[in-house]
Amino acid sequence: RVDEWTDVDRKRVMNDIITTMFNKKFMEELFKPQDLYSKKALRTVYDRLAHASIMRLNQASMDKLYDLMTMAFKYQVLLCPRPRDILLVTFNHLDAIKDFISDAPGILNQVDETFRRLIETYNCLSDGEFQLIRQTLLIFFQDMHIRVSIFLKDKVQNSNGRFVLPISGPVPWGTEVPGLIRIFNHKGVEVKRAEFTTAGNYVTPQREGSFELYGDRVLKLGTNMYSVTRPVETHMSGSSKNLASQAKENIAPNPLAKEELNFLARLLGGLDIQKPTGGETGFRLNLFTTDEEEEHAAQTRPEELSYKVINIEATQEPGRRAELSRILGELEVAEPRPDSAEKGEDLLALMDGL
Amino acid sequence: QAAWCELPSRVLLVLTSQRGVQMYDSDGSTMVFWHALDVPEHPAAHSVFARGISAAGGRFICVGTSFGAVLVFDIPPKGTNVTLSEVLEQHRDPVTDIAAEQGQAPDGAGDLVTADDSGTLCLWSTGEEFTLLGKIPGSGCTCSSVALWNGIVAAGYGNGQIRLWEAGSGRIRAQVSAHARWIYALDLAPLTGKLLSGAEDSFVHVWKLSRNPDTDDVEIQHCHAECVTDTQVCGARFCDPAGDTFAVTGYDLSEILCY
Repeated sequence: RVDEWTDVDRKRVMNDIITTMFNKKFMEELFKPQDLYSKKALRTVYDRLAHASIMRLNQASMDKLYDLMTMAFKYQVLLCPRPRDILLVTFNHLDAIKDFISDAPGILNQVDETFRRLIETYNCLSDGEFQLIRQTLLIFFQDMHIRVSIFLKDKVQNSNGRFVLPISGPVPWGTEVPGLIRIFNHKGVEVKRAEFTTAGNYVTPQREGSFELYGDRVLKLGTNMYSVTRPVETHMSGSSKNLASQAKENIAPNPLAKEELNFLARLLGGLDIQKPTGGETGFRLNLFTTDEEEEHAAQTRPEELSYKVINIEATQEPGRRAELSRILGELEVAEPRPDSAEKGEDLLALMDGL
Repeated sequence: QAAWCELPSRVLLVLTSQRGVQMYDSDGSTMVFWHALDVPEHPAAHSVFARGISAAGGRFICVGTSFGAVLVFDIPPKGTNVTLSEVLEQHRDPVTDIAAEQGQAPDGAGDLVTADDSGTLCLWSTGEEFTLLGKIPGSGCTCSSVALWNGIVAAGYGNGQIRLWEAGSGRIRAQVSAHARWIYALDLAPLTGKLLSGAEDSFVHVWKLSRNPDTDDVEIQHCHAECVTDTQVCGARFCDPAGDTFAVTGYDLSEILCY
């Protein structure tokens, strides 16, 4: 129950999740050149991250949270004015994350490290390379049209689930406002100008966003959607009929996906959904207004939209465990290791043999 | 990508992907030829793919690659004996598009243009051996699509600009602030000189190219604009050689819109 949470709990969950996400080994793996994860793989990693702390979510709430994240990210990638702006969106994400853990210098340092790595790896890429990355991401999100309440309310999404693409506002940095035709003679001298008009209403942008560690990103995509408290709702009905083919793809087990999951599991140090000791139920987050609503949502979720999560078998590697414990130790700053008798389990709890 | 390649003797459907190039009979029933791209041993930091397709010189099919190389395939009038005739290595960045002359090339103008991610354009004369006639250096903005007509190169860029270049001299003849986003598609109707452009800003524009007979200046006029609401246009093609009709496709759109 959300109203039983204290600020200490909230802080704990935030810190735990962020620490897990920015784990050095995990980040190292993410930065290796590789193909995009499959939908199942991504969903499983997401589940693990969401459960990295004392917070629990039921299937229905977890599905809803994932839908929300997916559609929000799709929106951000789709609406990027320039392909290179997906990097600015990422920087906006990181800026917001740093704000959540501004009082934990150990974790903050880890996030800054990742930030620097992003700058080092991506700032030099060409427009063409960024567009390729963007196209790859858009293919991943193709045909997803789940309606999100906050987007419908703000009129950024239509009732058919498609996003509104405005034809007004500032043009991307490096683009001119459409309308001008310039003609040059064979000597390269401009000899004529003409104009054309369209329904669009564009203006020149004021300045470019910053790609440095600190700076004004200018772009609003990727900033905290919930900086003003809003209800969290997604709508299942009326989803695209193209999902039938997508469902078939999801059902067939993909051996490659399982391999990559095993690998990721090792990296995440075996995030296990362990039952807390002492008969406590832990802290559960319900994204619906009542428990009954959540239960109903679980039962009525359309088959084609269910995410089939794979169970991970992680191998026992004592060497790796010790290393991760050491890394964990390095992450801690002047805080005693919370003992397992507390609500929930240790961060990066070691996975029991399966 | 997918493209029809019209040669005097046959029409082939050519597909490009991260694996390589496939060529099919015009009814799609038989695969005539398959060329696999060399994939480096260890996963490279750079994607490997084939991109940019065009028939050329009445005898060849040219396909671009992410390495910057352009593969020239010699196509027999019948059968599957397609051979790799030449590899053109003038681009240092991934090839984006290739276009053959669709009208009459003036003397010395070349009959093929290739474009890449850096905006560099190469002009070629096709034949047993292809000859590089000229190179137009890019200014850092990706040239996403090209067309070639009567010695005029029409190029669409990632920053929404359309530029017209003189193929023979490599000089710029026109610059249009055409779109507010990345241009995905350019197509040309050879009978009339109409040019079609489609971009992520949801707009499709129809332009008319011509040459002033007195000054020899290249002219471009805006004819028509169409907004495909809430759609990032990914494909745009004329359906007839005069350019009276055209078709449009977009991201997340399962329909083909005809105008």
